[in-house]
Amino acid sequence: MKTTGLPILNIIVFLPLAGAIICLLLPSASWSSTSLRRSSWSTGRPAPAPGPVSTLGPAGIVGLVVALLELAFVIFLVIDYPTSGHAAGFQFVSRHSWIGAFGIDWSLGVDGISLFLVAMTALLFPIAMFGPTLRGNSRAFMGWMLLLEAACMGTFLSLDLFVFFVMFEITLVPGYFLVAGWGGARRNYAAMKFFIYTFAGSAFLFVAIIALVVLAAPRNGGHQTFDLITLARIAGSLPHADQVLIFCGFAVAFAVKIPLVPFHSWLPDTYTEAPTAGSMILAGILFKLGAYGLLRLGIYVVPVGAADMAPVLLTLAAVGIVYGSLITIMQKDLKRLVAYASIVDVAFIVLGFFAFSSQGVTGGVLEMVNHGLTTGAIFFLVGIVWERRGTLRFSDLGGLQKSMPIMAAVFLAVVMSAIGLPGLNGFVGEFLVLVGTFATHRWWAVVATVAVITAAVYMLWAYQRVFHGPVLNPANDAVADISWRELAVVAPLLVGIVFLGVYPRPFLERVTPSVNYLLDRVEQAAPNAHVPKTHNVTYSLPANQDVRGGPPGAAGAASASGSGGAGSGGSSGSVPSAAGSTPGSATASAGGSK
Amino acid sequence: MNAAYLIPALPLIGAIVLLFGGRRLREPLSGWLATIMAVGSFVATVIVWVSLLGKQASARSIDKNIFTWVPVNSLHVNAGLQLDPLSILWCLFVTGVGSLITLYSIGYMHGDPSFSRFFFLLNAFVFSMIVLVLADNYLFSFFGWEGVGFCSYGLIGFWFDRDTAAVAAKKAFVTNRVGDYGFMIALFLLFQHFGSFNYRDVLHSHLSGSFATGLALMLFLGAVGKSAQIPLYMWLPDAMEGPTPVSALIHAATMVTAGVYLVARSAPIIHFSSAAQWTISIIGAATALLAATIACNQNDIKRVLAYSTVSQLGYMFLGEGSGDYGAGIYHTVMHAFFKALLFLSAGAVIHALHDEQNMKRMGNLRRYLPITFPAFMIGFLALAAIPPFDGFWSKDAILAAAWHKSPALWAVGVLTAFLTAYYMTRQVVLVFFGQSRWFDHAKERGAAGDHHVYEAGGVPHEAPATMTVPLVILAAASVLGWLLDAPFGGLDFINKWLAPLFPPTVAPAFSVATGTKWLIGLVSVAFALAGLASGVAAWRRAVDRPRLEPAVLEHAWYIDEGVSRTVAGPLTRMANTFSFVIDGRLVDGLVRAVSGSFAASGRQLRRVQTGYVRNYALGISAGAVIILFYVSLRAGS
Amino acid sequence: MSVPSAWYLVLAAVLFGLGATGLLIRRNVLVMFMCIELMLNAVNLTFVTFSRDLNDIGGQVNVFFVLVVAAAEVVVGLAIIVAMFRRRAAATADDIHILKG
Repeated sequence: MKTTGLPILNIIVFLPLAGAIICLLLPSASWSSTSLRRSSWSTGRPAPAPGPVSTLGPAGIVGLVVALLELAFVIFLVIDYPTSGHAAGFQFVSRHSWIGAFGIDWSLGVDGISLFLVAMTALLFPIAMFGPTLRGNSRAFMGWMLLLEAACMGTFLSLDLFVFFVMFEITLVPGYFLVAGWGGARRNYAAMKFFIYTFAGSAFLFVAIIALVVLAAPRNGGHQTFDLITLARIAGSLPHADQVLIFCGFAVAFAVKIPLVPFHSWLPDTYTEAPTAGSMILAGILFKLGAYGLLRLGIYVVPVGAADMAPVLLTLAAVGIVYGSLITIMQKDLKRLVAYASIVDVAFIVLGFFAFSSQGVTGGVLEMVNHGLTTGAIFFLVGIVWERRGTLRFSDLGGLQKSMPIMAAVFLAVVMSAIGLPGLNGFVGEFLVLVGTFATHRWWAVVATVAVITAAVYMLWAYQRVFHGPVLNPANDAVADISWRELAVVAPLLVGIVFLGVYPRPFLERVTPSVNYLLDRVEQAAPNAHVPKTHNVTYSLPANQDVRGGPPGAAGAASASGSGGAGSGGSSGSVPSAAGSTPGSATASAGGSK
Repeated sequence: MNAAYLIPALPLIGAIVLLFGGRRLREPLSGWLATIMAVGSFVATVIVWVSLLGKQASARSIDKNIFTWVPVNSLHVNAGLQLDPLSILWCLFVTGVGSLITLYSIGYMHGDPSFSRFFFLLNAFVFSMIVLVLADNYLFSFFGWEGVGFCSYGLIGFWFDRDTAAVAAKKAFVTNRVGDYGFMIALFLLFQHFGSFNYRDVLHSHLSGSFATGLALMLFLGAVGKSAQIPLYMWLPDAMEGPTPVSALIHAATMVTAGVYLVARSAPIIHFSSAAQWTISIIGAATALLAATIACNQNDIKRVLAYSTVSQLGYMFLGEGSGDYGAGIYHTVMHAFFKALLFLSAGAVIHALHDEQNMKRMGNLRRYLPITFPAFMIGFLALAAIPPFDGFWSKDAILAAAWHKSPALWAVGVLTAFLTAYYMTRQVVLVFFGQSRWFDHAKERGAAGDHHVYEAGGVPHEAPATMTVPLVILAAASVLGWLLDAPFGGLDFINKWLAPLFPPTVAPAFSVATGTKWLIGLVSVAFALAGLASGVAAWRRAVDRPRLEPAVLEHAWYIDEGVSRTVAGPLTRMANTFSFVIDGRLVDGLVRAVSGSFAASGRQLRRVQTGYVRNYALGISAGAVIILFYVSLRAGS
Repeated sequence: MSVPSAWYLVLAAVLFGLGATGLLIRRNVLVMFMCIELMLNAVNLTFVTFSRDLNDIGGQVNVFFVLVVAAAEVVVGLAIIVAMFRRRAAATADDIHILKG
């Protein structure tokens, strides 16, 4: 258990929120005439195009400072995250009673799985906020983006189902306004579809959470609790059918959010119509909320249900890979093609999760980060093409490499990452997912591997139609190459893409222990889930073995005894109960939220 | 032995420098940098080779672990090098031929606006190829395997503003990916079965026959893609859209032999499965014959050589499938020499004629190209397997192995030898002998606006020294290279060198009687000479001989078109159906139907909302009355 | 001697009925408004009656609530009516039906 004097997770969640509020309080002369108001609520007549290019302005400066400060805190978190003991449980846990009458705590924590999602979020937000050319009301834009960042952080870090649900739903609001306020021609349709579709999915999530809490209460001494760890401990003793139903509720909600075929039809519209920054964040991060929820709420809390439904989800993922690939190939618009390609990528994530092998799940987590980096970069580059050319239809493009050689090179690097070229991040994740799936579910992997061919087909065909060939359209003749500023913006993503491809070890070392712990839970709860005993060679640790050996939730299992002096000195709480303490909120008993 | 690290490191450094600083270095500095890095890598390889020579035959293996690449529990993959006889042999000719071709490119690519990009890709290619052969596990080899694929993509599509080049590049990458599908499945099988990808762990186990067959065939599928065998050979002729040095380096001498390397490396797996061995040799023989027939009727100087490469790769697989890995590898090395020579000479011809590639518009060039002509002739004789040039000896070894495997395979091989001699003779005659036809066509092109061609009675000129020096070195290698593994006088260096890798348990020794050997040799010489003679007879005078040039061969048996029509067409239609009918109308249609049903019910219900206060008031009153009525009923009962 | 409670209740019922009928049959907004007031006060009368009968102060407290709400309603309602008169010459309830779905 790692704790620090600094309530770092709270800072990470509240800092962007504070930034959003500051943006809201800033004076803005143009508030009454923003494109947002004109476009979103006007009916009947076509929405006007977003306003002229905005300068950074005071809101922009606030946004920049907050986003970079946030990034600094997250970097601190990543560096401070214990590696020496390969701690599997939640670290930096912060727990405060919030709505005590219902057993709701404000409780945050981070483990190897969420650590890099948080890092990716913190990295992608400043890039999305300041990379693309901003049009329209910068104050509202910065405010929504910072609110979105806070909500995403809250979702990834929450250890309380109520906090999770609230944060998960809050993301929809900025998401809606970003699409509706700064989007393309059909932005109102797209934003409405996005909101209603995902909100409908959330109904299942809500019901599942309430059902879980109510059913679990009698087994928790009659106390209601929304605490993730306590619920995970209790859920195993619920009737089998209840667990499966609860999992199904989670699965439907997250399948819409992820989105898994056949719940995907909101995605192409939304991503195509969203502004560049919106697409980057939607694809890079909001996708991952669903995938993360599937892992954290689905597999972690109700492993029995997950094990029961695994064949269904694996099949949906495999079908999604093939089906998504076929659809992607035929797209006629670059942005729409990238949006559909995302369906294939996220299907890989789900495939890896439900393979229930440590390689598969670790690969799935890596794929989440990969997809954030790669898709973020790709949407940014697509946005540059859009800025320059005003069209993304393949029939209007072609031969751009002639006038944009550096852009073409950067784009090719990102495309190769999406295809899964070894040496870039995409390959490591994809390979781990497939090798992990093959070990447990051979034929699903054999089907899914088809994507190595189809991904090359649609990505390279798209690349060819945009950058290669003779310049037939004179408008493509003298297009300005990528600027130094844009290059600097995309550079961190490229560095991440190459680094994770060449040396993923620091990443994997932090993720694997948490994944092993998760799979131990699945193995304990559902012995017939065929979890392969693959994680016993390199990184099997005393802490993990203790957890595996002891009864679920036993408070005696010492965790991460080697995790170093500062934090773990006094409180060697057990991993499953994660009775964390930050100064000011000391809770001692295992899972005791009262 | 730190020189081992230098082998991959030098081209990598070169590539990185050229990637970031290439635009500032410009011509010809970036070319020289790339050449120096490639030569340095070659020198380092020689140093390692010499140090290995000084060791016992069984101890000739150095392992170098660089770093841990992918550690996830039991999956633990290192980025590590394994320098053993097989990998060093490959490395020697990859870096050696690679250095020469990089040097040659300085002259060939002169004046190209993307000069530095070319040399970045060349160095990156050499690096990837080195990783492919030096890696100590299958996954790290796959890293190099895909790396060469990527560089090949970049180099085929180097002149990206040509549609044909762009399409060919994509086709090459995608076709290779079909093979990679097999390679990846093989990797999964390896992990599931062994929990490791290391050659050291994998290649010393006893395998069951069915598992070995599956694994070997999946690996071979990878090799088929990379080495352009049936059914995945179509990309290689199209790959000739790239600059000629690329065709020489990647699509003749090195990258396409990666499949041969993979099969040789996996020999301990393959030998457990006779089905896999038969598959490899039959596919090899069939590819050799098919590609040779097509090569007989191509007019593009490079496409002839491309089909010839496919055909020769078929020979290599025939040798390996027949159990004589040494022969297959011997032919690989010899082929690297003479095919690189042929391509570079062809490049010099193309260079001399200002990018003319049609052989029917050449002729009589022997008078103008004093260095290229003899170089091409040597390559021609080596490829046509005329003793004592390189090709004869290695092909003879393969044919002997094929005879041992099955006389039918041998017969296919001999027939192919005849065709090889024939199409190469046709090429030589059309290019270097006969009438000068380039002048008329040049005038036509001049009229079409290309004024630079042969103005003021100019003639084709010999290439600069950076181009001719590699030609001379490769020509010497094509004349003398066979001594590396001559079947007499204890000169079989390659066989002895590789012996530790192919012990009798893996590749059982077989002996073909000396008399039979002689017979096989004589028959193949006879067929080669017959091919040569018929080629001369047919093409000495005429340029167009429609009866010898049926359209079916010119269109490569219509296989490419046929595949497009029967596979690509329906697939496209299916994808179209999926994306616009099923996804657009069905899946999204269902969603829109749900939202539409809400909208429709709303439209019906809105009629109640008339807007008149009295209606609402009446509604309220009626509701109150009904409630009162209900309550009083309840109270009454 | 006191007046029986029933008389008050009957009076309240009559007042309520008058108000409800007026609301339903009149078109003039101002009159409709007064009818609503009539109904409210009818209810108030009922409250007070029962309060006295049952000796429970709660009913009278409720009357105060109703009075306050009615006062607030008068403020808002009259403001709307005045605004309506400004826009149109005459104001019958049927003239304003923009809430039509």
